Amino acid sequence: MESDKNSKHSMDIDRVAMLARIHFSDGEKKELARNFDSILKFLGKLLEVNVDGVEPSAHAVPLYNVMRGDESGETLPRELALGNAPKKRDNQIIVPKVVE
Amino acid sequence: MEAEINDGLFYKSAAELEKLLNSGEISSVELTKKMIDRTKAIDGKLNAFISFDEEKTLDEAKESDARRKVGKKLSPIDGIPVGIKDVISECGQPLTCGSKMLEGYIAPYDATVIGRMRDAGCVLWGRINMDEFAMGSSNENSHYGPVANPWDTTRVPGGSSGGSAAAVASGEAVLALGSDTGGSVRQPAAFCGIVGLKPSYGAVSRYGLVAFASSLDQIGQLGRSSEDVATLFQVISGHDENDSSSYNFEKKDYAAEVRNFQRKKTIGVPKEFFGDGLDSEVKSAVEDAISFYENAGHKIKDVHLEMTEYAMAAYYIIATAEASANLARFDGIRYGYRSNAAQNAVDIYYRTRGEGFGAEVKRRIMLGTFVLSSENFESHYLRAQKVRTLIRRDFMRVFDDVDALITPVTPTTAFKIGEKTSDPLQMYLADIYTVPINLAGFCGLSVPCGFSSGGLPIGMQVIGKPFHEHEILALGNEFERAHEFKNMHPAL
Repeated sequence: MESDKNSKHSMDIDRVAMLARIHFSDGEKKELARNFDSILKFLGKLLEVNVDGVEPSAHAVPLYNVMRGDESGETLPRELALGNAPKKRDNQIIVPKVVE
Repeated sequence: MEAEINDGLFYKSAAELEKLLNSGEISSVELTKKMIDRTKAIDGKLNAFISFDEEKTLDEAKESDARRKVGKKLSPIDGIPVGIKDVISECGQPLTCGSKMLEGYIAPYDATVIGRMRDAGCVLWGRINMDEFAMGSSNENSHYGPVANPWDTTRVPGGSSGGSAAAVASGEAVLALGSDTGGSVRQPAAFCGIVGLKPSYGAVSRYGLVAFASSLDQIGQLGRSSEDVATLFQVISGHDENDSSSYNFEKKDYAAEVRNFQRKKTIGVPKEFFGDGLDSEVKSAVEDAISFYENAGHKIKDVHLEMTEYAMAAYYIIATAEASANLARFDGIRYGYRSNAAQNAVDIYYRTRGEGFGAEVKRRIMLGTFVLSSENFESHYLRAQKVRTLIRRDFMRVFDDVDALITPVTPTTAFKIGEKTSDPLQMYLADIYTVPINLAGFCGLSVPCGFSSGGLPIGMQVIGKPFHEHEILALGNEFERAHEFKNMHPAL
């Protein structure tokens, strides 16, 4: 069994929010901290299970490395593909300046 | 005659409507118009629809009538209005996923299931309300407002396919598509007193279904009878090369299999699904249903699924981990909402995601990011994947001796709107009996089996082996034929 010290029952909200690329208000952070307190304790229940020698399963169907032939097919026309872009010009998506 | 047909029209099964369409007593346009009018009249109380395109919908009905007139009917559900959960792409139609993030988004292509429904002549009827990105058990997490339960509009319809269940239960649609990651078809079906199928993982293509947790998501079918659900499953299931997790299994003639319920089966009853926390009225309704099967000549066997108590924790680790990866695509750059508050290129991500996602979606992305972060990967994510192996083994072992399992779908009947919103963990536990089936990849059917003393529907869950949907649908049909539940409808 993995040792208990690897399992964290508390979350560094600011760090995880940075990893998740989400901006939170202070009020939202407080609420999250309160929620995660009970949720992480609940998830800690899995530490009771002996998983020695058990293979992890990524999904439940006996399928592995499904490949298709390397042939070009139909793709979305550019106009359709760009149809939902929030800002666009000349068949390109506009974003703020990346390099100052 | 006209009045007689119209009176009960909204609650006729697809099978009955097909007869009326074939005989010319009603046209698809008439039927579809009536569904639209009914929805306009009653959906203010329910909020089951996010949007619908009346002209497009009626055009599809017209095409169906034209086909039928020249004897070119495409399937038994040609001309039948089927509601589409707003998480499945229909080319040219909005696709909001119940989120502000995708407000105004127009789907640029058809999901595989939509293509198959077009090939079958279905009328694609509206964009149906849901919990944001299919995350929720009460349909209170929609940016477009909560959905009400048709049996008691102060209560939730369940979630995340709450709109689909409410629409079918109230006669706004004959059938509907939902999606089920941890119970999102079966739980609302139980709360709304209708039938809902979560197919085996790999049975229905996920191409064009906006992903929540890719290893668990399946598109499910909701209807007012197992036979109708079987017909829709027949149309949309089967291998698809556009979904690498779709499985090339042997399809049956499901409608025929469902009607043929002569073979006596061994039905397992897992004790772990009847313990603490199960409402006594739900328990006794499900036990009565088990007695019905026993009296009908099936063999009942007590079984054990020892890993059940760990399923919820494993699910919330795996599902949120996958969600955090899947929802990384909503970055405000290529499509969907973009924050105006962003000052620079990197800030776009933070502000867009902070403003565009609702509280529950952000909570799950955070949890998923946490369990995937390097210091927690092994203790949480990898461990949950191993527990999933053990849960699947549990199911495989039990199914060596049984053909199906019967359990409750939910611990309680539909709860009050607002009752659980302040406690996410309590909300998660609403799916305690449905989640293990997704983890194991088996199929599950929710079938109405009773009412509480307060008049709320109760559902039983019939669980089957992977790709044995015909067996559980046949058991559902056998029960429905002997009971009146499918003929009971909410007063609206």
